[in-house]
This record gives sequence, C-alpha cells and structure tokens, in this order.
Amino acid sequence: MAELKTTPNIAYADDFYADLLAVHEGLSEKESEALNARLILILSNHIGDREALGGALALAATPK
Amino acid sequence: MAKIFDTPLYPYTRSPDQEETTPVRHPVVVIGAGPVGMAAAIDLAQQDVPVVILDDDDKVSFGSRAISFAKRPLEILDRLGCGQPMVDKGEIWNVGKVFFDNRRIFEFNLLPEDGHKRPAFINLQQYYLEQYMVDRIRELQVKGKPIEIRGNNKVDAIGSHTDHVTLEIDTPDGPYNLEADWLIACDGAGSPTRRMLGLDFAGRVFEDNFLIVDTIMEADFPTERWFWFDPPFNRGQSALLQKQPDDMWRIDLQLGWDIDKEEEQKPENVIPRLRTMLGDDVKFELEWVAIYTFQCRRMEKFRHGRVLFAGDAAHQVSPFGARGANAGLQDTDNLIWKLKLVIDGTAPDSLLDSYDVERVYGADENIKNSSRSTDFITPKSKMDRTFRDAVLELAETNEFARPMVNSGRLSVPCTYDGSCLNGHDEPDLPEHTRVGGPLVDAPVGKDWLTDLTGNRFQILAINSEVEPVEVNGVSADVLKVSTADAPLVGERYLGGADAAVYLLRPDQIVAARWKEAKPADIEAAMNTAMGG
Ligand SMILES: Cc1cc2nc3c(=O)[nH]c(=O)nc-3n(C[C@H](O)[C@H](O)[C@H](O)COP(=O)(O)OP(=O)(O)OC[C@H]3O[C@@H](n4cnc5c(N)ncnc54)[C@H](O)[C@@H]3O)c2cc1C
Repeated sequence: MAELKTTPNIAYADDFYADLLAVHEGLSEKESEALNARLILILSNHIGDREALGGALALAATPK
Repeated sequence: MAKIFDTPLYPYTRSPDQEETTPVRHPVVVIGAGPVGMAAAIDLAQQDVPVVILDDDDKVSFGSRAISFAKRPLEILDRLGCGQPMVDKGEIWNVGKVFFDNRRIFEFNLLPEDGHKRPAFINLQQYYLEQYMVDRIRELQVKGKPIEIRGNNKVDAIGSHTDHVTLEIDTPDGPYNLEADWLIACDGAGSPTRRMLGLDFAGRVFEDNFLIVDTIMEADFPTERWFWFDPPFNRGQSALLQKQPDDMWRIDLQLGWDIDKEEEQKPENVIPRLRTMLGDDVKFELEWVAIYTFQCRRMEKFRHGRVLFAGDAAHQVSPFGARGANAGLQDTDNLIWKLKLVIDGTAPDSLLDSYDVERVYGADENIKNSSRSTDFITPKSKMDRTFRDAVLELAETNEFARPMVNSGRLSVPCTYDGSCLNGHDEPDLPEHTRVGGPLVDAPVGKDWLTDLTGNRFQILAINSEVEPVEVNGVSADVLKVSTADAPLVGERYLGGADAAVYLLRPDQIVAARWKEAKPADIEAAMNTAMGG
C-alpha cells in the first residue's frame, strides 16, 4: 500500500496537459464524459493500490 | 398433468388441539411452510425437539421464485436430509456470457474448485425444494420424529409474553388458540407476525421493476447464464436468461419504474417481448409471470424475546446473486442449535442474542452485495450510467475491466469475524478456514468432511491426538483426520503447519482453532461458543 503522490510526478507537464485536451477535441459533451470515465477506470486499474486510490478519491472530492 | 404448485401437499386436517378449551402449549411453533420455516422445523425435529409448522396455504409456493441454490445452502440441506434430490434434479452451469447492446463482450467460466461434494450452485425451481422438504418431513414423521405441518392454519393474532407466545389461528373449521414456548416467524417478506408485533422493516426500494417469466421452451441454447446490458430487444434496460430443469427457462426483463404492472403481466404483452428476444423460430409456453420490485430491507433485530424471525420475514434482498432463499437457510442453520441448547437448559438464554448479531451481519453483507449489483444493473444517476457503460465498453477488449462488471454476484456464506462466540484463532493457519467461517469441504478417504460433521460440537483433530470434552453436559466428540488419507484437508486446514485442532459448532462454523490444544483450551472455546 502506498500513499497518494501529491508532488509533481509528470515530466513535461505541459505536454501531458496538451495531450489530455487533444483526446477530447471535437467530442460532444457526452462523448467527453464517456472518455473521462474510461480514462479514470484505466488509470485506477494501473494504480491498483487501494490506499493511493482512496487518497485520490478523497482529494478529488474535497480539493484544497 | 397437474402442476406441482396446484396440488395440495399438506391439506387441512383437524388437529386434536382444536378440541381443547385451554390452548395447548408447544415447545416450538414455526409460522410459514416456505423453505425457511421447513428448514427450521426439520432441523428441530432431527434433534428431537417437538415442532409444529402453521401455514395459511396447503401447497408449495406458486411459480418457481428462487431458482439458484448455492453450495453452502446445499450443504445445509444435506445436513437436513434434502440435499441429494436437489442436486440430482438441478441444473449445473459454469459458463456465463455477458452481452452489451448486440455484442457478446465476454464470457466467464466459474471452474469450480475440485474436492467439494457440492457444486458452486445449481438452478432448480423453488417448488421442488419445497416438495423435497415436505417429503423429508413425512419421512421424519414415519421415523416417529416430533414434527407436524398444519395446512390452512392462518395465524391471525400473536401475543408476546416474557416466557411464551400466544397464537390465534384461523382454520376452515373456525379459530383456535395455541401457546408456544418459542415462536419462529418464517412468514415471508410481508410477514404478518412483524406487522402484528408492530415491528420495523427499514431499507431501500429500488425504483425499478423486473418482469420475471418462467417459460417452457425447446431451445438448443446451452446451459449457460446469459446477461444482456442494453440489448436491442429491451433498449436501455437489461435481461437475463437462465436454464432450469424440465426445459424451463427463467427470463428476467428490466422494465423501468413508470410502468403499468397489471398490463405488463398480461400474456398479450409478455409474449411479443419474448418473441423479439428469442426470435421467431423458438416455441415457448408461459408457465409463470410476475413483476418484481427490488427491495433491500431488514428488521433492526431478528430476535424479539421469545419470537425469532428468519428468512424473508427478517430481511429482503433484490434477487441478483440469489440471496433470498440461500440466506434464509443460513439463518435457521445458525438459529436451531442455539435454540435447542437454550431449551435443554445447557446454554444461557443470551446465546440466542448471538443469532441476532451473526445473522444481522450476514443480512447486511447480502444487502450490500445485492445493492451493488442493482446499482450496476440499474444506474441511479447519469454519472453512474456513464461509468457503468464505460466499464462495459472496456470489458470487451480489456480484461482488467471484467471484474467490475456486476450482473449479480453469487451468494457465498459470510464469515462471522468478530462474533462473540468466536474463540482462539491461529493466524498462521490458512485464512479461508479461519474462526467464524463455515467449514470448507474436502474429501476424507471415501467420505466428505461436510458429511462427517454437523449437528453437534466436534473437534477436528488433524494429525493430532486429542480427547473428547464436555461442557455443561454437552459433549464434543473427536473426528481424527490424517492428511495421509486426506491431502486436501491438509491443504485447506493446515497450510504450512504439521498439525491443527479445529473446534466446530453444530452449524459447521469454526469456533476456534489451534496448532496444538490442551483440553482446557477446547473447553474454554466451547464454553464461549455456547454463549458462556
Ligand atoms: C413473486 C416472488 C418472486 C420471487 N422471485 C425470486 C427470484 O427470482 N430469485 C430469488 O432468489 N428469490 C426470489 N424470491 C424470493 C424467494 O422466493 C424467498 O427468498 C424465499 O421464498 C424465502 O423463503 P421464506 O421461507 O422466508 O418465505 P416464503 O417462501 O415467502 O414463505 C412464507 C410462508 O409463510 C406463510 N404465511 C404467511 N402468512 C401467514 C400467516 N398469517 N399464517 C400462516 N402462514 C403464513 C406463507 O403461506 C408462506 O408459505 C421471490 C419471491 C416472490 C414473492
């Protein structure tokens, strides 16, 4: 079990952010929502660790 | 041929109790001859505790109702002498297929673990179970066991007192009264007993309806479980197809909330729905049609003084995962040995409170699992549906998403972790045979562990020497097993250890376990398990 990482962890953050927007380009709101849902599931499975996932859910639910 | 559920199995006959002017007192009265009430009564009669079952009808339940019986309830039914006909008649399946829209997105094979007497589950109409139970009651009567079943005896009023219960019963010959030292209420989800005692039944109603159809058809569909999410023949909803014996198929079609229940059940509306689902070539005949609204509810307490609630009367779940009848059988399995010890005066009355604690725990686990299945099948918000559909979409090509697809999880027995009846546990021994859990079956020579145990306290001595013990006049005999004749017992109960001693309750729950045990250890654990 590992704690959620909250320090910067992605190299070239601007590139990643641009990629994230790019996959949504031209999609309807509904398609974007579906894509986001798939993305969350894919990433969650990749993380796997329930403690980290729990931390992520909590952080997303109450952003500070 | 007359249908089994049209034939009176325990027709009304006048009882000598009806001639008495002062009400006759019975040690135990059971209300309801459904599967749970009959299980309670058979269990008592097998232990020579006199019992009378009262039912307002004289037949098995109408329509198939519950159709999936899981392994643990089958083991319980074995102990009650009704398991074999169930398994002989039932359909066993292992392959399930999941469809989304018009695509088969994946299939699974349950590949049951070897070395168990009973399969993971079978499909069988509830009326067969009830018939086998009535047969068993008749068999016990022939053997002189003290069990009676009174048809067309409708309980109309109940009085609850500190040391007994009074009952007013209506019959075709008019009313009569009875008294009982103990009353077991197994009178179903609408429990009149609950209502008459003014007790709660709180929970959640799911805003959805399912059309449940049993149909006889000659179809060469394989014996598999097929589940559809959002199929072309039932847009936006779900569907389930399962096989039962006698060419009977169970079809569940989700209908949504705003429907006209009367209309939807009419053959002229049901038949076209099935046509679109099954295609034009399949010949079918409707056997039973019902509309089911899902509810997950339970009583706050299953024990109210001398009145004990079991089965649907105590808790109700949505049918995904087949938990209704299965959970009810686990209730009486838990209750009856405790009641017997209390009646015999060998255990304190408070032992019955542990029935409440343990089975409320079991009910909560069932409610949790069945609510989760229902939430997946009928997403309650737009976002829930987005996630649900995302899971289904990914599942087709991505193995990782498949465990999240929830079309009903199979009923598995709970482990009473933390129960006040639990004794010493040994953390080095395997986790799945830990204290509080049901006995895990394994072959022992030509026998099965499940057949060698139950109905009494027992000490399972694996590669060990121990002596029988006695607590308050209740004895625990020793079942010696050597892993040389029973390698799977070694695997399942020893793990890496050389030897172990397990104390089993009469309901085959592990009460305590050690790598090495002194008689005093076993006596202390048995005392704890008896509520001491
Ligand atoms: C329409 C319907 C469809 C179902 N479909 C499914 C399904 O598809 N899958 C599934 O898993 N489960 C299903 N169930 C649930 C499953 O059948 C139950 O979990 C199971 O029958 C519970 O058994 P029980 O003995 O607790 O209660 P029941 O089987 O309901 O038995 C209660 C008994 O009490 C008797 N009784 C009631 N009131 C009185 C009275 N005042 N005096 C005397 N006797 C009385 C009744 O006649 C009845 O025999 C269904 C239930 C119903 C009603």
